[in-house]
Amino acid sequence: MSPRRLFAMMYKEALQILRDPRSLAIALVMPLMQMGLLGYGVSLDIKHVPICVYDQENSQLTRSIVSRFDAAGWFSIDRRLHSQAGVRHAIDAGECIAAVVIPVDFSRTLASTGAASIQAVFDATDVNTSNIAQGYLQGIVAGVNAEIETRWSAAHGVRASGVGRIDLQPGTWFNETLDSRNFIIPGVVAVILALIGAQLTSLTVSREWERGTMEQLISTPVTALEVMLGKLIPYFVVGMIDAAVCLALTVFWFDVPFRGNLLTLFAATALFSLVVLGIGYMISVRIRSQLAASQIALLVTLLPTTLLSGYTFPIDQMPRVIQAITLIVYPRYYVTILRGIFLKASTLFDLWQPLLGLVVFAILIVWLASRAFHKRLD
Amino acid sequence: MSAPPPGTGSADDAVIAEGLTKRFGAFTAVDRVTLRIARGEVMGFIGPNGAGKSTTIRMLCGLVEPSEGRASVAGFDVGSQSQAVREHIGYMSQKFSLYGDLTVRENLRFFAGIYRVPAGEFAGRMRYAVSMAGLEGQENTRVATLAGGWKQRLALGCAILHHPPVLFLDEPTSGVEPEARRRFWDLIHDLAANGVTTLVSTHYMEEAEYCNRIALIDRGKLIASGSPGELRQRGLGGVLYELECSPLGAALEALRGVPGILEAAIFGDRLHVVADSGAAGTADLTGLLRGRGVAVGSIRPALPTLEDVFVHLVARGLETRAVG
Ligand SMILES: Nc1ncnc2c1ncn2[C@@H]1O[C@H](COP(=O)(O)OP(=O)(O)O)[C@@H](O)[C@H]1O
Ligand SMILES: [Mg+2]
Repeated sequence: MSPRRLFAMMYKEALQILRDPRSLAIALVMPLMQMGLLGYGVSLDIKHVPICVYDQENSQLTRSIVSRFDAAGWFSIDRRLHSQAGVRHAIDAGECIAAVVIPVDFSRTLASTGAASIQAVFDATDVNTSNIAQGYLQGIVAGVNAEIETRWSAAHGVRASGVGRIDLQPGTWFNETLDSRNFIIPGVVAVILALIGAQLTSLTVSREWERGTMEQLISTPVTALEVMLGKLIPYFVVGMIDAAVCLALTVFWFDVPFRGNLLTLFAATALFSLVVLGIGYMISVRIRSQLAASQIALLVTLLPTTLLSGYTFPIDQMPRVIQAITLIVYPRYYVTILRGIFLKASTLFDLWQPLLGLVVFAILIVWLASRAFHKRLD
Repeated sequence: MSAPPPGTGSADDAVIAEGLTKRFGAFTAVDRVTLRIARGEVMGFIGPNGAGKSTTIRMLCGLVEPSEGRASVAGFDVGSQSQAVREHIGYMSQKFSLYGDLTVRENLRFFAGIYRVPAGEFAGRMRYAVSMAGLEGQENTRVATLAGGWKQRLALGCAILHHPPVLFLDEPTSGVEPEARRRFWDLIHDLAANGVTTLVSTHYMEEAEYCNRIALIDRGKLIASGSPGELRQRGLGGVLYELECSPLGAALEALRGVPGILEAAIFGDRLHVVADSGAAGTADLTGLLRGRGVAVGSIRPALPTLEDVFVHLVARGLETRAVG
């Protein structure tokens, strides 16, 4: 191992990253895009989102409020419900994203106390749409409030404020234990890191094969270890920067509370980056076309991170066999650590198991990667 | 007229290959190639596409593992001392293989680092490489934008930054315009003058003349080696005569099956005849033809081109293969 050769490899690789539009796009644009896509929901505008209405009072006032929900164009009222059980069923069956429940004594309460509530329940499995729907419903209710005030002022000849407050109470989130934004977004970071890390390195060796520079490189005294480190280290820096950006977005943009220890987060992120970069590198060594390598990297990282890491489907609700399989799905350890740090203020000690899992994986992958590359053409 | 048998060269030879063989599946790409290159010699490796030139060179560089045989380069065994071999060779692969997205200077700096050129010498060697390639003032140009000849000379510059005693150049002049090709050969000779041993493959037959020695390879087999002069003298296995005579058809007919006449072929408005050396002289030939009513204008011994020799050897190889 020669520091001189290692440095030459690293420097060359860094220059190539900076000059390759594809690598740069993956390194810089992809994390932001993915964060937006996965963290925010695919569409921000909603149109004809199906909602159900359970109008218990069914008076002229309540009917006019319901017609407002319909008129705005954002929602389509798919079902009129007649029982609380019907509400639950409609959401569970996926017939609507939200259900609006107007209590039986709505008008009476409003008249006697000047304030009344409409309840809205949302489907938490589609947290993004639900969030947006909630905002729009709130807007419609505010419009109704403003109208009531105007009418009241006209009737009484005085300017009113705080009259006829109707409230949208988004208290109930069905399926909340299954999913919530705070729960999901830390997992999103793991998914993005896995994707980007493996994508980046999957290109680096296959690019040299494709362009013919590999033949020249392996005719030199550079060693397999120097090639590996020279390629992984620059991408490790890129990966850590991406991780920092994603984690910062999680905290400052998506308002996910950060309760844990920064150093633990750094250690876990570094280990996870090593694993995914190493996997991408191994693929790149074996597959001599950039396109094929990046597609295989996508497959190898996307499937386990999205399906088996517990990022969307909680591991403890999976069948036992699948639970056992997740033990070798390295992202589960990182997802667990991220959730622990973000949501539960877990300490290094609390997280020793998943951390150990990552350490084992990092050692294994780096060891395998260091043996993957042979300085031969055949 | 075959490769020198093992043992004739000096133990000190820069490149020694013995029975190098490479099979890809059932196909034998290189078949028991044995050759030696003395220090400071420029050896041309000549053969058509697919003959096995690149595969042989790759085995000598340690890039491809031989199926059989062994080789040593610069005194190191290619199989067991591949790291040492790599420290002592410069290699230019057939496909251009510098980093196109890096500049001239960045490429040179990269290879200087990889070859651990002493820091104090880097500036001087880089200046030399740049001027050798004729790229003064272009140090910050991306290599991908350079024209073919410059690219090839820069690749050579990168391959010799560490002053390797042995150079393997795989078709370095292919696709390069003639003027640039000549310049490239001048560089090779400059290096040879400094004691660098070079094995350079080409499919341009005329470039064979620039080499001290050439090795002809066809379908994986080394079919001849020697200096260009030797090959032209002996390569046909007899003496070549050039005849002005008419009618050509009748002359060809007359020579067919005559003992001592190895080959006869119409060559433009002349007849080329290869006769067993000593078996038939000019006088015999003239008499024979006149006896058959052919008017003989002139008849004189001629030197074949290397292309003639190559074609002859390939044809002979085919015959013996067909028979045996
Ligand atoms: N990796 C390989 N796998 C299979 N066949 C190969 C491989 N490399 C070369 N060959 C075959 O071996 C023969 C010799 O190739 P090569 O050494 O490149 O010839 P040359 O350099 O003289 O053109 C060709 O027929 C080629 O197709
Ligand atoms: Mg070739």
